[in-house]
Amino acid sequence: MNLTLKVWRQKNEKDKGAFVTYQVDGISHEMSFLEMFDVLNERLIQKNEEPIAFDHDCREGICGMCSMFINGRAHGPWTRTTVCQLHMRAFKDGETIVIEPWRAKGFPVLKDLMVDRSAFDRIIAAGGFVSVNTGNPQDANCLPVPKHDADESFSAASCIGCGACVASCKNSSAMLFVAAKVSQLALLPQGQVERKQRALSMVAQMDAEGFGNCTNTGSCEAECPKGVSLTHIARLNREYLMANIAE
Amino acid sequence: MTKLNSKIPEGELQTKWTKYKSTVPLVNPSNKLNIEIIVVGSGLAGASAAASLAELGYKVKCFCFQDSPRRAHSIAAQGGINAAKNYQNDGDSVYRLFYDTIKGGDYRAREANVHRLAEVSSAIIDQCVAQGVPFAREYGGYLDNRSFGGTQVQRTFYAAGQTGQQLLLGAYSALARQIGKGSVTMHTRHEMLDVVIIDGKARGIIARDLVSGKLERHFGHAVLLCTGGYGNVFYLSTNAMGCNATAIWKAHKKGAFFGNPCYTQIHPTCIPVSGDHQSKLTLMSESLRNDGRIWVPKAKGDTRKPNEIPEEERDYYLERRYPAFGNLVPRDVASRAAKERCDAGYGVGASKMAVYLDFAFNTLRYGQIEANKHNIHNPSKEELVKLGREVIKEKYGNLFEMYEKITGENPFEVPMRIYPAVHYTMGGLWVDYDLMTTIPGMYALGEANFSDHGANRLGASALMQGLADGYFVIPYTIGSYLSTDIRTKAISTDHPAFVETEKKVQEQIDKLMHIKGTRSVDHFHKQLGKIMWDKCGMGRNEKGLTAAISEISTLREEFWKDVRIPGGQDEMNTELEKAMRVADFLELGELMCKDALHRKESCGGHFREEYQTEEGEAKRDDDNFTYAAAWEFKNVGEWELNKEDLNYQVVHPSQRSYK
Repeated sequence: MNLTLKVWRQKNEKDKGAFVTYQVDGISHEMSFLEMFDVLNERLIQKNEEPIAFDHDCREGICGMCSMFINGRAHGPWTRTTVCQLHMRAFKDGETIVIEPWRAKGFPVLKDLMVDRSAFDRIIAAGGFVSVNTGNPQDANCLPVPKHDADESFSAASCIGCGACVASCKNSSAMLFVAAKVSQLALLPQGQVERKQRALSMVAQMDAEGFGNCTNTGSCEAECPKGVSLTHIARLNREYLMANIAE
Repeated sequence: MTKLNSKIPEGELQTKWTKYKSTVPLVNPSNKLNIEIIVVGSGLAGASAAASLAELGYKVKCFCFQDSPRRAHSIAAQGGINAAKNYQNDGDSVYRLFYDTIKGGDYRAREANVHRLAEVSSAIIDQCVAQGVPFAREYGGYLDNRSFGGTQVQRTFYAAGQTGQQLLLGAYSALARQIGKGSVTMHTRHEMLDVVIIDGKARGIIARDLVSGKLERHFGHAVLLCTGGYGNVFYLSTNAMGCNATAIWKAHKKGAFFGNPCYTQIHPTCIPVSGDHQSKLTLMSESLRNDGRIWVPKAKGDTRKPNEIPEEERDYYLERRYPAFGNLVPRDVASRAAKERCDAGYGVGASKMAVYLDFAFNTLRYGQIEANKHNIHNPSKEELVKLGREVIKEKYGNLFEMYEKITGENPFEVPMRIYPAVHYTMGGLWVDYDLMTTIPGMYALGEANFSDHGANRLGASALMQGLADGYFVIPYTIGSYLSTDIRTKAISTDHPAFVETEKKVQEQIDKLMHIKGTRSVDHFHKQLGKIMWDKCGMGRNEKGLTAAISEISTLREEFWKDVRIPGGQDEMNTELEKAMRVADFLELGELMCKDALHRKESCGGHFREEYQTEEGEAKRDDDNFTYAAAWEFKNVGEWELNKEDLNYQVVHPSQRSYK
């Protein structure tokens, strides 16, 4: 396959940045999208140019590190797929592909396609946990959890924190990310004690980080590589409201 | 004369840990506030250690190279975590988990450590559930279990095929809580590049801020390396792209002995290599062997599609060779058996280097169970398949999706094609019972140490060990060192040792940047990987290993003459990061080969072709090799071997049989 890539290049956080066009030939359908980038980078190095910086690590769709906005879609054309799992058979010979970093106020660009997502860590640190010290909690089977609740909690917990929800949202809202954690813990007996405070603290931190609000357009759910459902946002809204009433 | 003191407590095996915990010196709460601990790595071992130590009151600094501590590669572990809960009432116990682990490790692990691991396993599950980890449950609301290789009980707890993710996010949430409180300072996008030693003790690290490129000095009363394994020495492995050995290798060069470097786990069920461009290999969880049957055609070079090959013309070779454990033999055994079939010409797929993992049989079996449950009488085959697939989907859904994305084939329709790939390294820094390396004050936890898995790790035991070390072992054992260190005031990072160490790191960076050669870092890494896979992989022999040692040494020379790193050093430079990691792999690879060459026996994942039984099974030599090899660094390419004899008090090593 021969492709034309338009890739966002930006030297550092302060640099203005611009698209640079690259012609890439000899790409096989079996390659992953990131392996195609490896090939391009190898050629850039041969030409003594700086390779394109992009975040990636596990390359099996679970660490949440990879983050490219491809032809206007977070993680590219395949649904429920991270960039690292996207394969070149998704593209046609001769195609032009536009690749940008996540764009959101809460995610400043560090270099090329890499962004700073530390805001997510700060949101979790504000309350995305159960306050239990390491020690000797009761036996794990003392507290049966209905299978349905456990499964629903798990589906929220499968969020990989990649930030595709934010990048896809016209408001750059981080609601789906926050909702996934609030929902996971609200559904379990272990999360009950701090349930109200958790919703309040995490939402406060989300606002402080400069993420926008949710207007229920649902692009986050559509682009989430793990299919985290919009119903978790509904649950977050309920949790937040109830916590506020209780205040 | 051995220089090693394993510090195994006296007394009966079953009481060692209990007694140790009750008598280990403690650090009082007000002193803890003045003690700083550096934790490098934020995976299961690092995050759980950092969180637990901060909860105790220590001042903790945690480092990871990723953009968030939640991304460490523990997150990719799929199948599950073992614990001797005996919830299934199927005969499990602490002793049985201990015994299975020792036997699975082919009698090359330290009894006392493994028994402690089995003892704390149960508390790990309790801790994780209390954190809100959503493990799989049965309809009654109780925790579900499944089987893993090398055991005959169901003791594996799981969360679909994302157990590592859920456990890591649990540990990460505990860590985040401490970060929020200010008791842990988190340094993301930082890479440790050397350890600082003062008066013979580990007192800090030099780390590079990967965004600014600046070198930083950090002091700690103790340093914990929780940096995972070194499987990426093979270039292609199931490790994440960034997994590296730099932290443990730098520690090794400063005096930490390296234990059993040649013990590598080649995992039997991975998606086969598809071409030269391949950057990594993807694991298909061992849990799939609960319901997948492994086979190849009975006829050599059979080109028919798998579904066209009738039942009687299929060779379920694991069930044939190992009737007692069948498809659930340990990983080393399953991997070698796959290699044997492929080498003999029975492999499948385009490359002929793959075997089938087939779910058809169990899909029907589950379908029948579901049909019975729902009172469906005389169901058609289509109905059974439909019902069965729902069950399979719930158990392994994400794995099936992942397989389809990578290969373009639907494993519900055609069997998966799988082949072994490098997955885990049992070797690592040598540590004593306290998890301390041979450098006082420097510890190694999780995959970074050599401690618990002997020559082969059982499935679902890596998560167990990482969390055991971090949650339940280090918070106790570190006290025995720090209680003697309470009078040590924080040492200024202007101390000459810090200045000197930083200078050395800077010199290495300058040297790399000034080579301005012609070949990329990946070029060298791929070459190294090929040497390692061909000559120090699933089958090893004297001739190959000897050749590998000289080839690696030549490659290393070329690297230092001809590597090309574009960009500058005072900025984000991913090529420079890779170059520093590969420079270390080029030294470590040689040590792995040396270790493999010296160990003239086959055990676990280390298979020396010269030492096998008539049936092709590994042949140990207990008279001469019942020891852990602990290599002491002298110079690049030059090591001295120290031995820690393994004394089996309870278990009697015998030929490992899964027949």
